[in-house]
Amino acid sequence: MQGLDLSIVTPYSELLATGLWWTVVMFVSSSILSLLAGIAFALIVLYAPKLMALPVRFITWLLMGTPLLLQLYVIYYGLVQVGIDIPALGAGIIGLSLHFAVYNADVIRAGVVSVDPGQIEGARSIGLSRGQTQRYVIVPQALRSTIAPLGNNLIVLLKDTSLVSIIGIAELVYSAQLAVSETYSPFEFYLTVAVIYYAANLVLEVGLHLLEKKVEMSR
Amino acid sequence: MDLTLIQRTFPFFLEAAWITVQISVLALLLGLLVAFVLVAARLSTVFLFRCLARIYVSVFRGTPCLVQLFIIYFGGPQIGLELEPFAAGVIGLGLNIAAYMAESIRGAISNVDPGQEEAARSIGFGRRQTLWLVTLPQAAKLMIRPLGVNAVALIKGSALVSTISVVELSYTAQRFISSTYKPFEIFMVSALLYIVMVYSVRFVVDYLDNRFAAR
Amino acid sequence: MNSEKFMVEVKGARKAYGALEVLKGIDLSVSRGQIVAIIGPSGSGKSTLLRSINQLEVLNDGEIWLEGEQVNRPLKGRAYEQHINAVRQQMGMVFQHFNLFPHLTVFENIALGPIKLKGLSKKASRELAMEYLSKVGLANKFDEYPSRLSGGQKQRVAIARALAMQPKVMLFDEATSALDPELVEEVNQVMKQLAAEHMTMLIVTHEMRFAGEVADRIVFMDGGVVVEEGAPQDILQNPVHERTRSFLKKHLHDR
Repeated sequence: MQGLDLSIVTPYSELLATGLWWTVVMFVSSSILSLLAGIAFALIVLYAPKLMALPVRFITWLLMGTPLLLQLYVIYYGLVQVGIDIPALGAGIIGLSLHFAVYNADVIRAGVVSVDPGQIEGARSIGLSRGQTQRYVIVPQALRSTIAPLGNNLIVLLKDTSLVSIIGIAELVYSAQLAVSETYSPFEFYLTVAVIYYAANLVLEVGLHLLEKKVEMSR
Repeated sequence: MDLTLIQRTFPFFLEAAWITVQISVLALLLGLLVAFVLVAARLSTVFLFRCLARIYVSVFRGTPCLVQLFIIYFGGPQIGLELEPFAAGVIGLGLNIAAYMAESIRGAISNVDPGQEEAARSIGFGRRQTLWLVTLPQAAKLMIRPLGVNAVALIKGSALVSTISVVELSYTAQRFISSTYKPFEIFMVSALLYIVMVYSVRFVVDYLDNRFAAR
Repeated sequence: MNSEKFMVEVKGARKAYGALEVLKGIDLSVSRGQIVAIIGPSGSGKSTLLRSINQLEVLNDGEIWLEGEQVNRPLKGRAYEQHINAVRQQMGMVFQHFNLFPHLTVFENIALGPIKLKGLSKKASRELAMEYLSKVGLANKFDEYPSRLSGGQKQRVAIARALAMQPKVMLFDEATSALDPELVEEVNQVMKQLAAEHMTMLIVTHEMRFAGEVADRIVFMDGGVVVEEGAPQDILQNPVHERTRSFLKKHLHDR
């Protein structure tokens, strides 16, 4: 391997750290938004009248069948066209959140549907209303089966934050690109970025694992 | 809605979609090949092979595909690897999807009824014979769907090679969006083409699944 | 101390899963042509004992001998693999859940072993398979897939599959426990036929009456030890130990 020099990365540590910070910001904000939106979408598809659920189903179909990168392009340029001039950051967060919202909604919907219908019968037969049945019987059980798949979606989300570098958000990959343009050492920088992502992924996986354990415990 | 725009750009999109198809198919084949090697390594009696396979899967699933592509295409020349964007794209996507496919295959194998392996072993078949004659034929049916999911992910993931200047579907879409500032129409066309590809694969997977997994 | 006069010998078998001791020192000897039935409550370790004979379970301590050759030799790696595969060819096992290969026809199920392990030609294996299939009364199911068979038929095919390897001993692990009651008899008939032909058989079963009819010896196990063993009429009619008595009281009305 000719002339690989990892020390070329050191002077750019602060730049990369800032990039990582923005990656985390993107991740956290998109996670929260996509989970909330996911719950909303799931509720609509499960309980709202068919007509209202239709646009949600359509968007789900659309966003699941096309690449995230394409969706980011469209939202970024699209918002400008419609006159909403928000910085790339907004477009990135919206794009990521919307994309993962439909995947989360799918998981949540499946989790709710998979709860044994006998549970509903049992709850209603002792007099609980539909709402109470949802809250005290269905949701807690659905929660248990959705935690793991939702966790998997978050893991994917973390890696997919890298895509917003393409629309100019100064996260980790973008920062590395800046460094590369100055040092002409793409291998060292992108390798470093890969290691950072791997470590972050590990942290996330451990966190999710602990969360799953905690949910399991509360039986 | 600007229908003439759609009309004018459609031939470009069709051509670009063809590139996407080529990249996806080639990457899929490469991925399957590497995946089988990984699974073989994972089931091997040699500890080193098992370790290497686990590391490979962990690394390729634990880092973004985009970064992997950048390392191969931009970083490659530094380690003597000068690749055309198309080739780098195929290799990058292929190596990435191999990790996921390896897990799909491995999962299918472990989902085969353990009694099958016991019966084969009780007759006197060795580990490799049992795998080849009894376990794999049954695992094949179980891996159709998961591999189908991987294939769909690959098609959508192929959009990433637009960032290393491969003129495929997403690249073309981005070019037209930024020059015409009519993202809605452009999205319609490109989205439609992606959806056609994705649902074709789903259709094939469903067919194969019903044909072979319902016996 | 390897006496060739016994077909199967178990000496001091011990097995534990973590803290749970399943076998606490079992000794068992089976002569050639002898039919031994092993009975006992669930958790007594009888299945584990049977499965340790062909090493589907590996003992923590103790020895297993097959006709003067030690089965659980302390070999490693490839040497162990070659040894255990060769030994298993000499033993046939019939499982509670049949474990027929669903992707192969009945013929292929039976012929797979002889073809791949004994180098039989396709033609010769067809004749062999037909012979054993007829023996269990299912010649007409030659080209069927297991999914088309009833439970009793599947188990009979499983027996034919095990017999096709021409083993020295047949191990039956609760062969009829997963069958609907009306399908049990056809399998029992096949087993009785085998017994009459002096095949050495170890039968783990819940069926007391069948055990009494077919076995030369009955072994009662409980809590990982052999509590009592002897001739069927002795064990079933006049058990010595209290544990045996209370077990039989609960189960004697089982078929």
